[in-house]
Amino acid sequence: MPTGEKSLLRFVTTGSVDDGKSTLIGRLLYETKSIYDDQYQAIEKSSKKKGLKEVELAYLLDGLAAEREQGITIDVAYRYFETAKRKFIITDSPGHVQYTKNMVTGASKADCAVILIDARNGVLTQSRRHGFLISLLQIPHLIVAVNKMDLVDYSQDVFSRIAEDYMDFSQKLDIHDIVFIPVSALKGDNVAVKSKKMPWYEGATLLHNLENLNVSADRNLVDFRFPVQYVIRPHANFRGFAGKIVSGTIAPSEEVAILPSGKTTSVKSIITYDGELKEAFAPQSVVLTLSDEVDVSRGDLIVRKKNLPAIESSLEAIICWMDDEPMTPEMSYIMKHTTRFVRASVKNIVYKIDVNTLHRQPADTFSLNDIGRVEIKLAVPIFFDPYKMNHATGRFILIDPLTNKTVAAGMIRGAERHVEDYVAGVAADDAKQKKSPHAVWRDLNITLAEREKQSGHRAVVLWFTGLSGSGKSTIAMELERRLFECGCRTAMLDGDIVRHGLCSDLGFSPADRKENIRRAGEVAKILFENGNIVLCTFISPFKEDRSIVRSLFPEGRFIEIHVDCDIEECRRRDPNGLYKKAESGLIKAFTGLSSPYEPPEKPELVIHTKNADIAGCVNALEQYLKDEFKLKIFKNG
Amino acid sequence: MNSLNLSYLRQLEAESIEIMREVAAEFKNPVMLYSVGKDSSVMVRLAQKAFYPGSIPFPLMHVDTGYKFPEMYTFRDEFCKKIDVRLIVEKNEEWIARGCHPLKMGVDKCCSYLKTGALLQALAKHGFDAAIGGARREEEKSRAKERVFSLRDAFGQWDPKNQRPELWDTYNTKINDGESMRIFPLSNWTEKDIWEYIKLEQIPVVPIYFAREREVVEHNGILIPVSASLPGPDEMPGNTVRGKTKKITCRFRSLGCIPCTGAIASRAVTFDEIIAEVRAATKSERENRVIDLTSDSSMEQKKKEGYF
Repeated sequence: MPTGEKSLLRFVTTGSVDDGKSTLIGRLLYETKSIYDDQYQAIEKSSKKKGLKEVELAYLLDGLAAEREQGITIDVAYRYFETAKRKFIITDSPGHVQYTKNMVTGASKADCAVILIDARNGVLTQSRRHGFLISLLQIPHLIVAVNKMDLVDYSQDVFSRIAEDYMDFSQKLDIHDIVFIPVSALKGDNVAVKSKKMPWYEGATLLHNLENLNVSADRNLVDFRFPVQYVIRPHANFRGFAGKIVSGTIAPSEEVAILPSGKTTSVKSIITYDGELKEAFAPQSVVLTLSDEVDVSRGDLIVRKKNLPAIESSLEAIICWMDDEPMTPEMSYIMKHTTRFVRASVKNIVYKIDVNTLHRQPADTFSLNDIGRVEIKLAVPIFFDPYKMNHATGRFILIDPLTNKTVAAGMIRGAERHVEDYVAGVAADDAKQKKSPHAVWRDLNITLAEREKQSGHRAVVLWFTGLSGSGKSTIAMELERRLFECGCRTAMLDGDIVRHGLCSDLGFSPADRKENIRRAGEVAKILFENGNIVLCTFISPFKEDRSIVRSLFPEGRFIEIHVDCDIEECRRRDPNGLYKKAESGLIKAFTGLSSPYEPPEKPELVIHTKNADIAGCVNALEQYLKDEFKLKIFKNG
Repeated sequence: MNSLNLSYLRQLEAESIEIMREVAAEFKNPVMLYSVGKDSSVMVRLAQKAFYPGSIPFPLMHVDTGYKFPEMYTFRDEFCKKIDVRLIVEKNEEWIARGCHPLKMGVDKCCSYLKTGALLQALAKHGFDAAIGGARREEEKSRAKERVFSLRDAFGQWDPKNQRPELWDTYNTKINDGESMRIFPLSNWTEKDIWEYIKLEQIPVVPIYFAREREVVEHNGILIPVSASLPGPDEMPGNTVRGKTKKITCRFRSLGCIPCTGAIASRAVTFDEIIAEVRAATKSERENRVIDLTSDSSMEQKKKEGYF
């Protein structure tokens, strides 16, 4: 391949202390002949001076004197190598000191992340943390290199267990492409050359994976966005707008809108030093001229007339705090978003995320390395897309106006929304995404807020999950009776009942179970939007299906209740004779026997029914609704 | 490759252009440092592209030590005239007059006065708040840690342990009074990329990058060219014809001051031959630069003091 046509891959490497990251990078550079003799001799000299027996490859990567003195990596470093197919930029992100700040910095431009796991230690907290940050930054590809395989006798079992562990954890994350590779960076197994020690591994080497990842498909080529960087006016007859196409494509004569003015015109020409273009695409840097004399300046956004971004002055974002000084809520920071600077303040901290456990916790401020969700108020509206849809228009940095330091990195989730807006807003968006042809979304006549004001209680979904015979329906029916008698608006959605009508066309395969739960979730949503306390009793054995339902509802309005009882007890109870039928082979894929049940990891409430009476269970539920959901409707006593 | 894919060179080009436009848009008085070498030639081409059909909206500044190769001065003056750009040449006249020379006062000190000192003086004299430089991360290990937008305090100093995080392409261009910014649009380019791009774009470079027979003298293992026109005492390398001079076919891989820049034996006379040589090289580009060899962290130290 002629060099000029090679593609580019940027990847970030991360790992815990001593997992051999430097050795791996050293190995990649060595195998691709990217270490020069004099560079090698220089680190050889340094190693000798330190009294080391072997050459410390990490010195190649630790560029600062302080790093070599202390034997630690302080800051992100960049390395370059190329093969016949590709040019690579490695961002080497330190694993320990200031890990979050550095990792977010290092990963921000990456197409792919390589996480190292020491085969002897298995999946550690750090490996999970790195995975979480990669998911947060929406890096599309993850390669997990299980290193030091030579120290575990190249054992397939060790590798498979680590891969399974990590795969299991990654279900919670938003990562869609994971590859696991057993390697020994020290000995070179499966780094650039396929290992003869691991004939059981059928996949490709690390380098082969890096060379063949398809990253051009990760670009957003749909939504044309052109933040104007600079206006070029060489003489009175020419006005061109210089910038980089951050997403999408554009061609002359296409109709465009200028934001914020809202003026519309069309593209006259796409100008470059090398001639005019018939089409331009992300990430090209070009100059646009327009057909009409419209006012355009730096910070404006040029978009297609029929494909507009969101325009808001309040938004929700995930931010990562990067300054030694903690955040001052309500203080006015400078936001840089695309090519604009806008005054911004953090109005509310929704939650902070513990990056080790992924638990959400309340917080008053963010300190160095804290990550969480916030509501941001802007002095003027900005034009954005959610980060997930379009990285370039969904990200920003916050700058301290006094010190000019970059204090935070942010990823926009969307406009700020409260439950009052919920029915009108999110529901309409969702409906737009996946609607039947010809179905028109109509906002509800009476809003949820109005309904709640009249009924005197908030709407909520109580989702009961558990084995057949665990007592879901019994408890739910008793609770509904009590709520009803207190004047609550309630609705009951029972698995057996929906299977008789709404879902009578579905069986018990995983796909049918998924569809069954999807329909139940959608019905629950309608009932919820109408102001009800919705009680849903479904075995719902799969975590993923339940989390899809959860995502339909605003935070705090979906309460998952695990009705827990061991299978022996359920089999003994067998209220509908189903276990007997399953055992005799009449029912295939029966949950708990021939089909798995995945218990919830973090349900809002667990009720053990084995040795409990119905009233006791319902009392516990009632207490939870009073204490945690703040339902004030129950009579005392 | 289909038509909607950019090759890596064009991606690097687009990134560099974006960086230069940010500088032109955000700073009051930016300048591009021009050192006459191949990286400077590429930077100038990128700047032409960034502002086409307009002209480059900032001047070029050459911080001269007086010890450069004669071919460099000739090339500089012709090149800048041809592309219609304002060239500023600055020197630390005071120290040049005092006979500042690497052999007399040591490489580190000489660089400190004639390059770092002169650069800081010149930036202050013209009130430049942003200086675009051609340094690349691949060149040297402390440069591998450098940001694209690198903040300098009022004394031009770099604080490597306390750099601003740099996220995505969202560059923080804000500075306070007295501070300045150094900007490195070629951060992600390698020596190979530079030559590939020079070939692709047919960019003019100083002829001493190409091999021919030259008279050299060996000094500390480095081949220093003999030059009769060099200022300074006769006993200095490069000035003397008394030492063991020899004639070899060689070229210069990177350009600096004559006393501190070694030639490499080479027969490369075309872009393709240079690229093939760079590809096969077992030594790094700065192997023949005395400036980097004085200690393990000599570059980091110079950068902290204000050097590029």
